[in-house]
Amino acid sequence: MIIVLLAVSFVTYLIFFKIPGGDPAIRIAGRTATNANIEAIRQKLGLNQNIFVQWWDMMKQLLSGQLISYYDGTNVVQQIKEGLPATFSLCIGAAIIWLGFGILVGVISAVTAGRASDQAITALALIGISLPVAWLGLIMRYLFAEGGVSTVMPDGGYVPLTTSPVQWFTHLIMPWFTLAILFIGFYGRVLRSNILDTINEDFVRTAKAKGLSSRQILVKHTLRASLIPIVTLFGLDFAAVLGGGAIITETVYTLHGVGYYAYTSIQTQDLPPLMGVTLYGAAFIVVFSTLVDVAYAYLDPRIRLT
Amino acid sequence: MAERLLEVNDLNVRFATEDGTVRAVDGISFGLERGKVLGIVGESGSGKSVTAMTLMGLTRGVNARFEGEVLYKGKDLLQVSDTEMQNYRGNELGMIFQDPMTSLNPVYRIGEQIVEAIRAHENVDKRTARARTIELLRQVGIPNPEVRADDFPHQFSGGMRQRAMIAMALSCNPSILISDEPTTALDVTIQAQIVELISRLKDDFNSAVIFITHDLGVIAEIADEIIVMYAGRVVERGSKRDVFYDPQMPYTWGLLGSIPRLDRPRPERLHTIEGMPPSLINPPQGCKFRPRCPHAFEKCKEEPPLENRVGTPGHLDRCWLDVEFKRGHRDETISGGSVAAA
Repeated sequence: MIIVLLAVSFVTYLIFFKIPGGDPAIRIAGRTATNANIEAIRQKLGLNQNIFVQWWDMMKQLLSGQLISYYDGTNVVQQIKEGLPATFSLCIGAAIIWLGFGILVGVISAVTAGRASDQAITALALIGISLPVAWLGLIMRYLFAEGGVSTVMPDGGYVPLTTSPVQWFTHLIMPWFTLAILFIGFYGRVLRSNILDTINEDFVRTAKAKGLSSRQILVKHTLRASLIPIVTLFGLDFAAVLGGGAIITETVYTLHGVGYYAYTSIQTQDLPPLMGVTLYGAAFIVVFSTLVDVAYAYLDPRIRLT
Repeated sequence: MAERLLEVNDLNVRFATEDGTVRAVDGISFGLERGKVLGIVGESGSGKSVTAMTLMGLTRGVNARFEGEVLYKGKDLLQVSDTEMQNYRGNELGMIFQDPMTSLNPVYRIGEQIVEAIRAHENVDKRTARARTIELLRQVGIPNPEVRADDFPHQFSGGMRQRAMIAMALSCNPSILISDEPTTALDVTIQAQIVELISRLKDDFNSAVIFITHDLGVIAEIADEIIVMYAGRVVERGSKRDVFYDPQMPYTWGLLGSIPRLDRPRPERLHTIEGMPPSLINPPQGCKFRPRCPHAFEKCKEEPPLENRVGTPGHLDRCWLDVEFKRGHRDETISGGSVAAA
């Protein structure tokens, strides 16, 4: 796990240095800098050292919470921490919506496979998958937010839960759905095909031969087996959005979360925050992959470790 | 006279597919009495499994068409609603399937799955159902059932899983146990144990058994009456004695010839029936077995009715050949032609 994280951080570092205009010293020095200025900055930030040493120094700073942005001198770990409430509120809410609706849509679609409701859901799901998040976010703001067509929702921003639960909720509804819609469509499709595969399994026939009702068969036997691939998807998707992957949603709704922080750092080509956010995101992916394995063992006893 | 449990009259099962209508079961009739074992024999695609699944209502679906009657204790199971059918499944008719590896749900404990079957039909609490489950597992010969009931299917061997399936099928004391090739996926020593077990439990539970197989060797041990199916039709029907010692249909000869026998001289090679089973969408004209039959002649272009042609009552067949001709020629097929040499 640790090795994975170190490798991720090193690759990020390497990519950043290799991109055109990547050298932070030149940018920090400004337009009218002399070579001497640039050299002085290099010296100060340790940029004239071997790349491994540079990377290792940055890692040490990051892990001890000392890492400072090149651009505005703020503490990176501090900034990420400040982004956490907004990001977690957004992601957890959206995850509940997309998992709940995804399963619902998948089940309805599989049970009525081939009929009109299934076809309608399929069409909607494909539309949902295809909608660009940025566009969807803007359209939702246009339709529902203050200043738009109808003023049912506040427009953007994040209100902490501790300040006002109601405001917190109303400010987040649109971002939640914006983020969730793509996943709903995707999960619905995946679950539908899993269920249709599982229905033909021998053990489902056995369940039927026992005289169970179709509802019992669906919930106890079909759905449980069909949910296993969904668990993998969910673990990784959830980790990705928690880890700062909801960049577009956070930006469209000006939610000052981790994704928004990543977005502003990319614009200013600010290396330290990018390293911080990347590593933070990678940590979530690694942790959630492990959780997915644990969940697997619960769902399927054949892979249970003894 | 024993109670007549099941009466199947002129059952037809058709499936609409993209390629045309499949006549999976084509006008079959039989009856079953309590305490008896009916063997249904035929090769893959002969309609024997579809027949069994139709009795259980497991072939119901949008593209399936049924005709005829399946009278269980006088009630036509083809006519009852899906919800009503649930009460028959498991409760009145128990079924075991071919592949015990995949027929049990891998994510639930063996005991739970049997408890579930009991509680689907009887209003008993979990503790009572579990006690019965353990008793059932003991009856089917699972050692140490109190502990093994908490195992998952993958912790059981193939034979034990099939025993667990049998315990599950018998859990609500059904009148009829339908066994669809229960021994096919098992090795030979286990096969014999399972057949013996089914035979014993049939008496313990006072039920009747429909035993489906392609292996006449297996059925010889257990069946009272045998139906030989070919291309969705019954081609021969009679007591075990009739079918084994006086088979009238060349197809039955082929099946008999394809099992190794210890009591006869060993042929060079076991007999194989040439060719493939016919398409059930466009079956051959006349006798369905005609294209593969070594004795086919002009008259076979018209299908023979299923009727009694030999003296023995209850022994029916579909073959135009002269009874004495058949008695003279069948050993060539059954013993692989090596009888004369011996």
